Amino acid sequence: MGLNPLPTRASVTVDPASQDGWVTSRLDFLVNWARAGSLWPMPFGTACCAIEFMSTAASRFDLSRFGMERLSYSPRQADVLICAGRVPLKLAPVIRRIYQQMPQPKWVISMGACASTGGMFDNYAVVQGIDTIIPVDVYVPGCPPRPEALIHGILMLQQKVMRDRFKDRTLHVEIEPDPDSQLYIPPSRIDELSEPFGNSVNQTRSAP
Amino acid sequence: MSEATRASVPSSAVTATQNGAVQNGAVQNGAVQSDTNGAPITPRGVVHRGGTPNATLPALVERFGGAIVRHDVTWGETCVIVQRDAVHAIIRWLHDEPSQRYDYLVDVTAVEFREATRPLEVVWHLRALAHRRFLRLKVELPKRLPLSVPSIVDIYSGADWLERECYDMFGIRFDGHPDLRRILMWDSYQEGFPLRKDFPLRGRFSRAEQLKQALAANPEARYSMEELHIAEAFDALPEDMKRRLTVEREAHGDVERGA
Repeated sequence: MGLNPLPTRASVTVDPASQDGWVTSRLDFLVNWARAGSLWPMPFGTACCAIEFMSTAASRFDLSRFGMERLSYSPRQADVLICAGRVPLKLAPVIRRIYQQMPQPKWVISMGACASTGGMFDNYAVVQGIDTIIPVDVYVPGCPPRPEALIHGILMLQQKVMRDRFKDRTLHVEIEPDPDSQLYIPPSRIDELSEPFGNSVNQTRSAP
Repeated sequence: MSEATRASVPSSAVTATQNGAVQNGAVQNGAVQSDTNGAPITPRGVVHRGGTPNATLPALVERFGGAIVRHDVTWGETCVIVQRDAVHAIIRWLHDEPSQRYDYLVDVTAVEFREATRPLEVVWHLRALAHRRFLRLKVELPKRLPLSVPSIVDIYSGADWLERECYDMFGIRFDGHPDLRRILMWDSYQEGFPLRKDFPLRGRFSRAEQLKQALAANPEARYSMEELHIAEAFDALPEDMKRRLTVEREAHGDVERGA
């Protein structure tokens, strides 16, 4: 997949000699610049990753450097859903509805091992990766990730936003779920991904 | 249970616990020791098995002798295994009897063992705050019979959610519970009772099927609004608490006067 290049200094042309002081640029550069600089996060904190998210948002790591200090506790004013922590199956319809309530364009950061893969909770109650129920843009590994790691993920998301082009929308496609299963990954692939032990129906915790 | 395993209370324990009083400086009746100010002392040198049973045990044996299957004392905690049909009357008596006054229900839970023939156990943890006593009651439920025990919500209303959780995880029915439905898993959960030994750790269905079923549930339909309605709970409060709340609101000028 060829990525669009990041905008360079040449994306903005300034003519200081002009009395009017005008600049020329591409529209998608300006739009992306505005969007990337004010990504309002909707924190969906369910576990210990939310504690790390709190310290990321607090003064020491200072999320406002990236225009993200305005945490949006309503999905209707949010741009980025940051899923921090494991998602039980009981919360799956909740996070799905929150994602659907967010206005477009919208992005998702899956923070930590549990949100990305289910982590150590390979059991009957936990979603094995939120990318099965909502599309994810950036996965941040860690258990839980340090604030620096989350900030790195946020910077990667900003780069992704900056690379977007009006004439080429393949970078960020807001896909619709499969109408039959309402899942974002084909059911056969989900079962395949739940290896290595398979979804062993016969596996029990009791001695034979 | 055979007659041989019936409770046999040592006569010395009975004589030592006739009044059930807490005495300073002596480990008696399984009660907590107190210092000279009446504050509890952390017990030391508690034997693993075969300690002195709780002062409640002799009284329980005297009154419900036939229903007591056996008892044991582990780390100073008395555990009484009773018959299923008598457990409601026993807990009612423990709660109401002035000399016992088990006023705090700590937990209702269940245990299943690996051995296929060993019965499930339903466990009630009771505490008498005034007497500083702790009692563990158990009922054994053979797996070949329907798993059900009497509900004690009419005695301790705090048992409501504990029994729902026990039902949700183990499938044990609590007869007489006003609203016995799942509490941790969602209402339409199909896969069974997760803490049973025959339940696969990853559930019975494939991951995709689990997701499909979970997403099909309506999150707002799971909770009844009556459960969450605080304003209506005001009527159920005790009179003195109502008065206190009303007086405080009036002091803050929240209550309209003369209207």
